[in-house]
Amino acid sequence: MSADAVNNSKRRLLVAATSVVGAVGAGFVAVPFIKSWNPSAKALAAGAPVLADISKLEEGQMIVVEWRGKPVYILKRTDDNMKVLETDTDMLADVNSDASKQPDCCKNIGRSHDKHTKTVVMEGVCTHLGCAPKYLPDMNNPFAGALGADWKGGFFCPCHGSFYDLSGRVYKSMPAPTNLPVPIHKYESDTVIMIGQDGSNA
Amino acid sequence: MEQKSNGLMGWVDARYPATKTWEKHLAKYYTPKNFNFWYFFGSLAFMVLVIQILSGVFLTMFYKPDTALAFQSVEMGIMRDVEWGWLIRYFHSTGASAFFIVVYLHMFRALIYGSYKKPRELIWIFGMLIFLALMAEGFMGYLLPWGQMSFWGAQVIINLVSAIPFVGEGLSTWVRGDFVIGDATLNRFFSLHVAAIPLILIGLIFAHIVALHEVGSNNPDGVEIKKNKDANGIPKDGIPFHPYYSVKDIVGVIVFLMFFSIVVFFMPEMFGYFLEHANFEPANPLKTPEHIAPVWYFTPYYSILRAVPSIAGSAFPGVIAMGAAIVVMFFLPWLDRNPVKSIRYRAGWYKVLVAIFVVTFIVLGILGTLSVTDGRTLLAQVCTAYYFAFFLLMPIYTKLEKNKPVPERVTMK
Repeated sequence: MSADAVNNSKRRLLVAATSVVGAVGAGFVAVPFIKSWNPSAKALAAGAPVLADISKLEEGQMIVVEWRGKPVYILKRTDDNMKVLETDTDMLADVNSDASKQPDCCKNIGRSHDKHTKTVVMEGVCTHLGCAPKYLPDMNNPFAGALGADWKGGFFCPCHGSFYDLSGRVYKSMPAPTNLPVPIHKYESDTVIMIGQDGSNA
Repeated sequence: MEQKSNGLMGWVDARYPATKTWEKHLAKYYTPKNFNFWYFFGSLAFMVLVIQILSGVFLTMFYKPDTALAFQSVEMGIMRDVEWGWLIRYFHSTGASAFFIVVYLHMFRALIYGSYKKPRELIWIFGMLIFLALMAEGFMGYLLPWGQMSFWGAQVIINLVSAIPFVGEGLSTWVRGDFVIGDATLNRFFSLHVAAIPLILIGLIFAHIVALHEVGSNNPDGVEIKKNKDANGIPKDGIPFHPYYSVKDIVGVIVFLMFFSIVVFFMPEMFGYFLEHANFEPANPLKTPEHIAPVWYFTPYYSILRAVPSIAGSAFPGVIAMGAAIVVMFFLPWLDRNPVKSIRYRAGWYKVLVAIFVVTFIVLGILGTLSVTDGRTLLAQVCTAYYFAFFLLMPIYTKLEKNKPVPERVTMK
């Protein structure tokens, strides 16, 4: 074919069209490879939300459920406990949970949903080195140590001695830097909590 | 070797450019005759790559990428049960640190002799991409023994991804392939470490050398030897790479291997810097080590990450600073506006700036291995500020330099 017979604009169009179709095709082919990195069905099942029945949970009691390999504490506090949460503030490192992890709807004194203020859901994982803090509602417990009479009950980490109050808020000058994390959770009904699913005000 | 038209080589040359390639890249590749000590590190880096590939291929034969088996297969299998397995592993672990030592010195050479300047910008950029690939290779390889520091180091770095606003959480889950670092993460890191990134590395090194051989090597005087050619078109200051520099590099290789062997045989852990002590304990997701520090070659950047304070409870600014510390180096050829290449003919105060830069880089590296205190954080912030000022103010101060006259020919100093 002589150079005169070449239709350059047609050639450019064909090259451009082929390139575009090729690029789109490559984009589609990339999808399965990228998606393969998502958590597998098995990992998803292991990380699925769990239901917790709190119909039998009395005030002052705590139950532990497992979610994504971590212990999750569900604690129902008494009216007295709730009062303490408002008065212990000057001993806490992060009173308003600004530096701590929780869904926005639980960023309050009780670290709980508005309609269920007494019930708090927290990960039982000390923010220092990941041990499980013990629930010590008793005001005169033997561990209180330096806190002495100021100790109004809460959580105590046996590994390195961090104290938390009944909202999982850490006391000042403790090894743990932040409050216990609150996982996303929603109320399926007044007595059933689904942990691992966001439900801001449900 | 002449191009033959008969014999075995003649038969091959008619079908494959064997003699042509040999001459273009070795026997008739003309290299400045004034290379000094700093020019050992390119060929040494190549040799370390060979060590890593050879030892890595053999480690892969005995390693099991499974969270239940990985630690055992390394510490029991390779280190104790496999004949000479310990030696092959120490080659590989020492080689990783040696790679970074050699590459950092190679980059320093480029910095002081202006080897990144026109027409060698692409060599520098390919080199930076090699550096990035090498960091990815080192990071992913460190997860494989599945020790405490493997796990928690990866935890800290992958959590950096989740600091990215909006998409961070989803992205870090995607990288891990699970909600926690687990089997899925270990398997994909294994695949990337032994297959994907080595392939990318080799491709980049090929491009790095092709670009180098296209424009020719720089030298300690920063003089272009191609400007002065003899009647045969051969640079007057050039000597063929082979045998002159191939022989010189063998001396470098021998000296390097002496140091390498001392580490491999007498101090493979290098006092916890090459192999961290916490990594002799299997990974335990429920127990964080008291002190988490990355391996030494990442510590300057880790220091920069920690030096930048969180804004509104987000570590994202630190992540940006760490990324920027590496990205800024890509732009070095355009930040430096001084036409003179070699530091020998640049202003005295520029030498001081470079010296301070080296000191700040080392200080950042040391700080990254230590736990934070207020004083150390302040020092890291000062060093970080200098690090960025050194690069970002370059377009201004390099124009103010009073250069010394650059010779026409290389000087053999």
